[in-house]
Amino acid sequence: MSSTTDMGAGRAQIAARTLRTDRWWLPPLLNFAGLGAWVLYATVRAFMQNWYFVPEYNYLTPFYSPCVSNGCVEQAAHLGRFVPDVWFLPYALISLPFLLLFRLTCYYYRKAYYRAFWGSPPACAVAEPHGKYTGETRFPLILQNLHRYFYYAAALISILNTYDAVIAFIKSDGSFGLGLGNIIIVANVVLLWAYTASCHSCRSIIGGRLNHFSKHPLRYRAWGFVTKLNGKHMQLAWATLASLAITDAYIMCVSAGWISDLRIVG
Amino acid sequence: MSHWHHFRVWRGDSSEGDLVDYPVEVNEGEVVLDIIHRLQQTEANDLAVRWNCKAGKCGSCSVEINGKPRLACMTRMSTFADDEVVTVTPLRTFPVIRDLVTDVEFNYVKAREVPAFAPPEGVAPGEYRMQQIDVERSQEFRKCIECYLCQNTCHAVRDHEENKAAFSGPRYLMRIAELDMHPLDAADRKDSAQDDHGLGYCNITKCCTEVCPEHIKITDNALIPMKERVVDRKYDPIVWLGNKLFRR
Amino acid sequence: MTDQTDRTVEHHEYDVVVIGAGGAGLRAAIEARLQGKRVAIISKSLFGKAHTVMAEGGCAASMGNVNENDNWMVHYRDTMRGGKFLNNWRMAELHAKEAPERVWELETYGALFDRTPDGKISQRNFGGHTYPRLAHVGDRTGLELIRTLQQKIVSLQQDDYVVTGDYQSHLRVFHECTITELLRTDGRIAGAFGYFRNDGRFVRFDAPAIVMATGGVGKSYQVTSNSWEYTGDGHALALRAGATLINMEFLQFHPTGMVWPPSVKGILVTESVRGDGGVLRNSEGKRFMFEYVPDVFKEQYATTEEEGDRWYTDPDNNRRPPELLPRDEVARAINSEVKAGRGSPHGGVFLDIASRKTPEEILKRLPSMYHQFKELADVDITKEPMEVGPTCHYVMGGIEVDPDTGMSSVPGLFAAGECSGGMHGSNRLGGNSLSDLLVFGRRTGLYAAQFSEGARPAVDPAEVEAAVDRALLPFSSATDGGENPFVVQLELQKTMHELVGIIRKADEMEMALKKLEDIATRTRTVTVEGHREFNPGWHLALDLRNMLLVSLCVARAALERQESRGGHTRDDFPVMDSDWRHILLVCSALGEDNVELTRKEQIPMRPELFDLFELDELKKYYTGEELGGHRADRGETR
Repeated sequence: MSSTTDMGAGRAQIAARTLRTDRWWLPPLLNFAGLGAWVLYATVRAFMQNWYFVPEYNYLTPFYSPCVSNGCVEQAAHLGRFVPDVWFLPYALISLPFLLLFRLTCYYYRKAYYRAFWGSPPACAVAEPHGKYTGETRFPLILQNLHRYFYYAAALISILNTYDAVIAFIKSDGSFGLGLGNIIIVANVVLLWAYTASCHSCRSIIGGRLNHFSKHPLRYRAWGFVTKLNGKHMQLAWATLASLAITDAYIMCVSAGWISDLRIVG
Repeated sequence: MSHWHHFRVWRGDSSEGDLVDYPVEVNEGEVVLDIIHRLQQTEANDLAVRWNCKAGKCGSCSVEINGKPRLACMTRMSTFADDEVVTVTPLRTFPVIRDLVTDVEFNYVKAREVPAFAPPEGVAPGEYRMQQIDVERSQEFRKCIECYLCQNTCHAVRDHEENKAAFSGPRYLMRIAELDMHPLDAADRKDSAQDDHGLGYCNITKCCTEVCPEHIKITDNALIPMKERVVDRKYDPIVWLGNKLFRR
Repeated sequence: MTDQTDRTVEHHEYDVVVIGAGGAGLRAAIEARLQGKRVAIISKSLFGKAHTVMAEGGCAASMGNVNENDNWMVHYRDTMRGGKFLNNWRMAELHAKEAPERVWELETYGALFDRTPDGKISQRNFGGHTYPRLAHVGDRTGLELIRTLQQKIVSLQQDDYVVTGDYQSHLRVFHECTITELLRTDGRIAGAFGYFRNDGRFVRFDAPAIVMATGGVGKSYQVTSNSWEYTGDGHALALRAGATLINMEFLQFHPTGMVWPPSVKGILVTESVRGDGGVLRNSEGKRFMFEYVPDVFKEQYATTEEEGDRWYTDPDNNRRPPELLPRDEVARAINSEVKAGRGSPHGGVFLDIASRKTPEEILKRLPSMYHQFKELADVDITKEPMEVGPTCHYVMGGIEVDPDTGMSSVPGLFAAGECSGGMHGSNRLGGNSLSDLLVFGRRTGLYAAQFSEGARPAVDPAEVEAAVDRALLPFSSATDGGENPFVVQLELQKTMHELVGIIRKADEMEMALKKLEDIATRTRTVTVEGHREFNPGWHLALDLRNMLLVSLCVARAALERQESRGGHTRDDFPVMDSDWRHILLVCSALGEDNVELTRKEQIPMRPELFDLFELDELKKYYTGEELGGHRADRGETR
């Protein structure tokens, strides 16, 4: 058991795991439910291999961008098709793993899942249920230090998402179009950029690693901007989970013909 | 304006102890430390509590109130419901001396292990020139009043006594960050942050930030940037390549 | 666990022992260690918690970074003026000359002061200082100072570790340790005796040189900005060891302490609030300070609100607002307003920064004040005015020392910082305390180190036994039926507050002396329960006799001085009297709870220092015959 309630080491002998009287278990529970639900949805969708594209309006869900499987619809495959079409390979095979790893190693999500899924700690000043703890000093958790590579990858993928959002304004007949789908897609891309730019690694790379801001005024200003965004990293993390799911679900619904896109122009 | 409140205070020493109930009078505007002092002056002359400034500036009166690490002098009684039991216990991460006083020597040992500021060579006293924007980050960390609430709440040592040897705790990792960001510090601290002070033990669950009475953003502004600086040094070939190619 | 009757005494030997781990003590220890000595630092509270952390405004040093007209002579003049020319002028001179070096030195220890646009240490305005002079870090300068010195101590320990393999081999901090007695042999310092607060075990330090740096005496008052540590230990220990105290009648009541809620009554509201534009108003909304500018300051202070407000942006062409008068003047003014029925709801006046600065500016310049009010009083100072009133803040009086070396009349006993006397005269300027700590901390460290090279008197075992007896007295059967020390302390605080407070009268002080006599008897017989481990009752029982002895000195000296000057205001002698300017009141102990007062002539100022002032100004303070020899007499102008 943890040392908190341990009788050794001369600590005050208090048997209770915590004396907190507030509902400390609620935030980890909500995180557990929220993250769990999202992962479930994303997994189902990533392997569904269907209803990911609306050809008429060029809507491609971010879960399938870039679509690189031989099974992809040709119009949706901007980078070509080269991955075998088998059930266990997602169509966006070259982006999904990086996006997953970007979020998995994100400093915010780490906090959220260490607390919610591993109880390490469940909440502040609540003893954790493990006898041993080495943090991020060993394999595999030492790999959390690779966050910035996944950040680089995620930034590249955000460019692709932006491209997807732009060409979604061009309908299959080549004319300009604007529908609710476009608005959702653009909103999602904006949020994705904000989340990506608010990343702690980004903050360090853009300026945090400098010791003399005064000698790098441009980077100092950029750092100041990222720092502001970074303050909202948690909110952006959740906002993008929501926007991704909404975008995907909307495109699925339109693609499946369950609803039709609300058109504004064309 | 006064009313009676139910207090439970942990009394004892390292061999034994228990929560003791005290009904106590509370007046408008009082803080938990006032109530402890009232107990001292009335029914418990020998109740041990550490305190000094009583204004949240010295960081002496760190205790746990209803299970949360807090400064007793900064916890207003008006934050509790009139019928709420207020439980005051000593910090649980450090050995208890008596009642609410713990032995915080761990922190002084760790403080000694962080190499001191290394003055730049050839710069005489009075010749130091630093821009405000370059000192602001370190200044935030120097607001620290060393109450050790972060050290107490960090589960890496709170729940794992055995990690005390390898892990310096948020306060001293922040001290390293402070020096590493100092515009004139001549030492390099990235390797030792990871290797000697256990930066890797931090899993950024932010309890240090949550309990900081000075509202220092320990995790976002000190620990994560320090982790990133360690990555620069130890884990990032692109930065390494960039440094090779564009070294000024 | 230490048994109540355990008489074992742990034993240590050092070259220099520093009692007190605030700014002065740490700076002294650093210097003594740099001189190659083995040094012990003894601290009543934890290392790094000293009361110095409470200093907010800054550290005065005429570096001239913001206004290049500043120099040591201007600083010297301001200090003497603030002290109403009663200061030990040599100390004021050394202080003004050496302060800049001491501040710059801190940067080499790692201090991070706020900066000017050209990267130098920024300096701010403060009451009584002609130019922006206070090096600062927001409003937590004291914390920066203590942390910097603490970290320098650690740095020196790291150097020792490289050589000896032991961090504490040559410089060791004994914290949570209280000294109860100084040990003397043949009139010289031989050591100190005390106990560890955590387990109550006794300890004795043998050393030929001891530096007192124990701070002040504010805990003898009911409303004070001082913490529990400020029980006048250094003052009392030195008295009992045969040293003398001077200027004990001069206590500074800081004009702006919090007045509400009751639990934080007395806690300081930094003068920077006024330095940064905050103004004092009474319940009628009037800026009353304009009515309280005394004649001696008429020329330096604005007469209209408009001029005062212009001064913040254009100090060269306008006179400063009267909110920035020296502290004693402001404290008295607030006192008068409250007495005249124009006070705030909780018995203070309003200090308003909210209507004068934007919330962003307030948060940037006064972050800890914002938090202090938000968290302790639930007042948002960016939106509403604060309620403030005078609080006992600083004792100008202290151990009488040689100005250059800091040594008292007892060979081997040194003193620096608040517990030493003379430097500030009858009133200290804000910001001069932190610089005082550094300048005289270093000096005493240096000279104590030199002194320690002489003979080492052996400690007399009988003295140690007597000290053990005294320390155990509250547990012994001799005090059975005695009182709870907390009760006696409250009585003492009440007596001093009501009868020897901010405005004094002869009959009240005579009554105070009678009451103190009674409290003396009760102090000898206070009794405590329980054990010796971290027992606050026992700690207080022993501190109480220090508070008593110091209070006696304050009351005696205050009764004797028949004039009003600086931190001493007599209702029955309301004006400053030049015939008193050159008289110092010296206090010495007669046993454990009685004191003797003698008069002493102040040494006249050195001619070249005297000449730094204009004759017209000196006339306000000096008697006619003392003015002979001024350059004006020789027909010279500056």
